[in-house]
Amino acid sequence: MSLSSQSDTVKDDSARGFGVRSATDLPTLEVRSLGLVPYGIALEMQRELVAARQAGEIPDRLLLLEHTAVITVGVRGPGRRNHVLASPAELRDRGIEILDVHRGGDVTYHGPGQLVGYPVIDLKPHRCDVHRYVQDLEEVLIQTVASFGVLAGRVAGLTGVWVGNDKLAAIGVRLSRWVTSHGFALNVTTNLDHFRFIVPCGLEGRGVTSLGRLIGEVPPRPELEAVVADAFAQVFGRRISEGSAEPRAANSRE
Amino acid sequence: MPTDVLMPQMGESITEGTIVRWIKKIGEPIDRDEPLFEISTDKVDAEIPSPAAGVLAQIRVEVGQTVPVNSVVAVIGSRGEKVALAPAVPVSRTQQDVIPPASTSGPPSAGTPGAPTRRHLSPVVRRLAVEHGVDMSKVVGTGVGGRITKADVRAYVEQRAPSTRDAAGWMKTAAIADPETRVEPMSVMRRRIAEHMMTSRRTSAHVHTVFEVDFSDIAELRAARSASGTTPGYLSYIAKAVADALGTMPIINASVDGDDIVFHEQVNLGVAVALDWGLIVPVIKRANGLSIDKIDAAIIDLASRARSKQLSPDDVEGGTFTITNPGGFGSLFGLPIINQPQSAILCVGAIEKRPVVVDDTIVVRLRAFLTLGFDHRLIDGAAADRFLARVRDILESFSRETGARGQAPVAS
Repeated sequence: MSLSSQSDTVKDDSARGFGVRSATDLPTLEVRSLGLVPYGIALEMQRELVAARQAGEIPDRLLLLEHTAVITVGVRGPGRRNHVLASPAELRDRGIEILDVHRGGDVTYHGPGQLVGYPVIDLKPHRCDVHRYVQDLEEVLIQTVASFGVLAGRVAGLTGVWVGNDKLAAIGVRLSRWVTSHGFALNVTTNLDHFRFIVPCGLEGRGVTSLGRLIGEVPPRPELEAVVADAFAQVFGRRISEGSAEPRAANSRE
Repeated sequence: MPTDVLMPQMGESITEGTIVRWIKKIGEPIDRDEPLFEISTDKVDAEIPSPAAGVLAQIRVEVGQTVPVNSVVAVIGSRGEKVALAPAVPVSRTQQDVIPPASTSGPPSAGTPGAPTRRHLSPVVRRLAVEHGVDMSKVVGTGVGGRITKADVRAYVEQRAPSTRDAAGWMKTAAIADPETRVEPMSVMRRRIAEHMMTSRRTSAHVHTVFEVDFSDIAELRAARSASGTTPGYLSYIAKAVADALGTMPIINASVDGDDIVFHEQVNLGVAVALDWGLIVPVIKRANGLSIDKIDAAIIDLASRARSKQLSPDDVEGGTFTITNPGGFGSLFGLPIINQPQSAILCVGAIEKRPVVVDDTIVVRLRAFLTLGFDHRLIDGAAADRFLARVRDILESFSRETGARGQAPVAS
């Protein structure tokens, strides 16, 4: 259950490369723990942050939050809503919002019990590679759950973090001039039954799972967020700024 | 100097990208680094800025198309510089059939370069030209003062007749002379859907009948099951009921072949799946005899693979009956077109709470309309209604009939 023992085994190039630099050389990362935020508000927040990051007004930032139950539908095509298997009435009855959002990708479900991370970081100049960025996000999550004893991995050709045939975390990313938005959603205590309302993960014989289902009792939220933030800072070679106190203060590991 | 806009390489191992949105329109001014278009590579979307300031002069790659990195996707012209503003038509489409804007459609006689004169066309002639996609500069007028008459347009259309219909026999509709109008070729899938639907309309004697079905008991069954894990979707219950009912009524599961009736031994159940890029109907093979859980797993599997383009040809062939589910979009009921060479299709409307009278009391029940579209050449109304009544009865007695199966263990 120790983060440090897991970190030592990391063979990822990015982590190694930055390891030789002293912590103070590293670019700053502000971590913000936002709690429960409706999807639409988080979207608006990201839009503003992306503009601010592009203008150089803020350093890199990692938003950690949780959404009220929502099914988001990419607006690229008119057929999208057919991947929502439940009727609007059924969704209303269960208090699940359905939103068209301006992004690519599939229908996704977000809800309480997920740890959602939206990094708004500038990938310029050294990380301008979308594959690498997605892989790095996967690495952050693989390291995070590893510190709770879960051995997760990647599946060739598919994004996300998987345990066996089940998806533990989803990843969907948007770049605007190499400034990132959207990000990842890790199922912690998510009501997995809600995934039945959408065409699930788009993949044959695959399901969804959560950290809770895998390990039983999950760590307290602040601890979990601190582990994610640390893993993110390490993989991306960032130094978590003193200003982003919430998750750090709750981090009892150090 | 015009600047080419290239499909950017978004990563070392990335070789191509798909345009998902043009943020600027042709003719719109743009600044350097202002967002110009959006692309998609894998599951990542990226907004791409303009490499230069100027005016968006040409769009060479349409939304939805995938091109290798470093392909020219657009051209930025200098502001003030007169750039030929090319309309956003794919290169493969010839300009010949498109009516150019009125300002450039002068008669050949008056067609001195750079000084096109506006030519008067009667509304009838103009409409005719638009209908047939005639470039009026190519038509010789025989009317008063060289005016183009209806007869001139008809003569011109006759003379180039072979090009007014494409191989499939569709009448071509011309683009209207409006710069906002976009013309793009149908995808292969779109063309096949179009042909398939028209063939069906011409082939079958379509009749429709509608039943209302109560899903309250199934909702309870599902709620009970979901407490212990996962539960099949409503569509799976409907598919199960249809498969069982088809097993008892071979005529609904039959096809017309010339003067013969072909009774299919197996129930191969097609389930229509809407895609961004069209529609596909994967088939659950040998659906009669499958348990509700097996049918549910099959639907999820086929729908997922349809979406990720991983269906094999075998997955979409051999259907004997089709279910379509516009209820998911809120439709109350539809009047579906039969999926040839099948003879019937079931359309599932929205499942929602409605007030109904039970034992002289108004109660709230979960209800939906099921429509059966059937080919009257083969199936008479009485048979169609017997079939649909059978489907309804199975659905409304699911908890009693298949309660044991409903409680089958699920993976935890």
